[in-house]
Amino acid sequence: MKILVCITHVPDTTSKIQFTADNTKFDTTGVQFIIGPYDDYALARAVELRDQTGGTLTVLNVGEAETEPTLRKALAIGADDAIRVNSSPKDSFFVASQIAHYAKEGGYDLILMGRESIDFNGGMVHGMVGELLNMPSFSPVMKLEVDGSKVIMAREIEGGKEMLEATLPLIAGCQEPIAEWKIPNMRGIMSARTKPLNVVEPVSNETQAEVSQYQLPPAKGSVKLVDKDNVSELVRLLKNEAKVL
Amino acid sequence: MSILVYIEQAEGKVKKTSLEAVAFAKALANQTGEGDVVAIALGSIDSGELAGIGGAGASKVLHASDSKLNDGVIQAHASAVAQAFSSVGAKTLVLAKSSLGDAVAARLAIKLKAGLVSNVVELPNTSSGYTVKRSIYTGKAFAETSVTTENKILAIKKNAIDLILNDSKATVEPFAVTLSESDLASKITSTERATGEVLLPEADIVVSGGRGLKGPENWGMLEEMAKILGAATGCSKPVSDIGWRPHHEHVGQTGVKVAPTLYIAVGISGAIQHLAGVNSSKCIVVINKDPEAPFFKAADYGIVGDAFEVVPKLNEALKAEL
Repeated sequence: MKILVCITHVPDTTSKIQFTADNTKFDTTGVQFIIGPYDDYALARAVELRDQTGGTLTVLNVGEAETEPTLRKALAIGADDAIRVNSSPKDSFFVASQIAHYAKEGGYDLILMGRESIDFNGGMVHGMVGELLNMPSFSPVMKLEVDGSKVIMAREIEGGKEMLEATLPLIAGCQEPIAEWKIPNMRGIMSARTKPLNVVEPVSNETQAEVSQYQLPPAKGSVKLVDKDNVSELVRLLKNEAKVL
Repeated sequence: MSILVYIEQAEGKVKKTSLEAVAFAKALANQTGEGDVVAIALGSIDSGELAGIGGAGASKVLHASDSKLNDGVIQAHASAVAQAFSSVGAKTLVLAKSSLGDAVAARLAIKLKAGLVSNVVELPNTSSGYTVKRSIYTGKAFAETSVTTENKILAIKKNAIDLILNDSKATVEPFAVTLSESDLASKITSTERATGEVLLPEADIVVSGGRGLKGPENWGMLEEMAKILGAATGCSKPVSDIGWRPHHEHVGQTGVKVAPTLYIAVGISGAIQHLAGVNSSKCIVVINKDPEAPFFKAADYGIVGDAFEVVPKLNEALKAEL
């Protein structure tokens, strides 16, 4: 089985979010970049499936040269080779178009990625790639088993989950608990240095919904503390002051 | 010309978030002069429920009652909505962000060649161009997004608009859809859904517990509070990781992001990953015995005290006052 995992290169979840250049650019000062946490689940499951069924595992990222350490980390975790589409990810449609092109070229049976990136939170790329390639797409997938060409999945829905059956090829946007995150070991880190990382150019420049300006939410006022022996005061405040009851 | 709204149902009832999408579309139509609001509803839904969508601002509801659409088969729903979009000559599709809504919207963006904006928090600015404000970085920032395509899809976040329902009824028309084999290639074999409870992502009030509660056997008092308030229950990531509570209750960066009017956190310290899931709440109440818990910095109201002492008293006070 040929597996493709698409990963994002995103600020660590503890990062302070700030912008520069008149609020038109993300401020990377002091920010550590990681594999998107949801993508990391997809990658972990893909490594398991590759080991179980044989075959190959390719990781792909749409990003400029600074994302290569993130791709190398994915190689250290267990991917066999990597593709970097050499462009900043301009919008969901742009990214989906690149993935669809290179996925078609590679002829993958299973395409996994995170349910959403944790920077833009769109959660749209997997569905777009699915439609572009005329393949079924599923998200958010929390369980995925492959049996020959049959795939059994659990997809999270509001307040529960649904079990699904589909056939390869397909695309899934993943989330926990599909697999446990894998931490690269020393052998993985060493071998990642020499695994192929191919840089390819974007196939189209078309975008549909680009960001023009960023904004931070207004600062939060300070907390109003209520004495623990006077809890009915809290109820009154919620009712009369906050008006949320 | 009309704005189309994709309606989701749960057990034959129209979801409240879909009614919010209708109200949003109505306000948008008033702003842009895009005519009236038409809703597309799929599968078996009671006709009274469908007419009631008029109360949120739709003048017409197209009902594709094919029972194959009862389940949320993503490809089939995307096909059906695309057919409705071209049938009413819409340029804009509005829907509520949800597990199914997101999956359907993404495929429709390609089918309809439509620029798609997700997590929309307010009405677009259409005075020059078409700019949509959306929530990014898991609620830690916003992005103004310029949509350049003629067709547009807006997936709105909960509370993007105040929903006020009136008694108006929409005209309900049957709508025939053609589904291909590939639309129905995948199948939903079973669905497990917490029944009779308020669903977490859609709840107006959420009561959440963390490790401070010491064990799953102590959730009774939170469930009682949730019952008094008509709230949903949630939990922190460690709690769902150890299996004290089901995964679908995990609120946070990699779990459910909630946007209730009131979020009550009990025994949760407030790690940044948890805050990311709750920062869109209107009002946050934190109960924690550690006065240094970081959650207090993000809270509107707080009580420093032992949950086992405070929560039962608070439940009594809530019962007395409500």
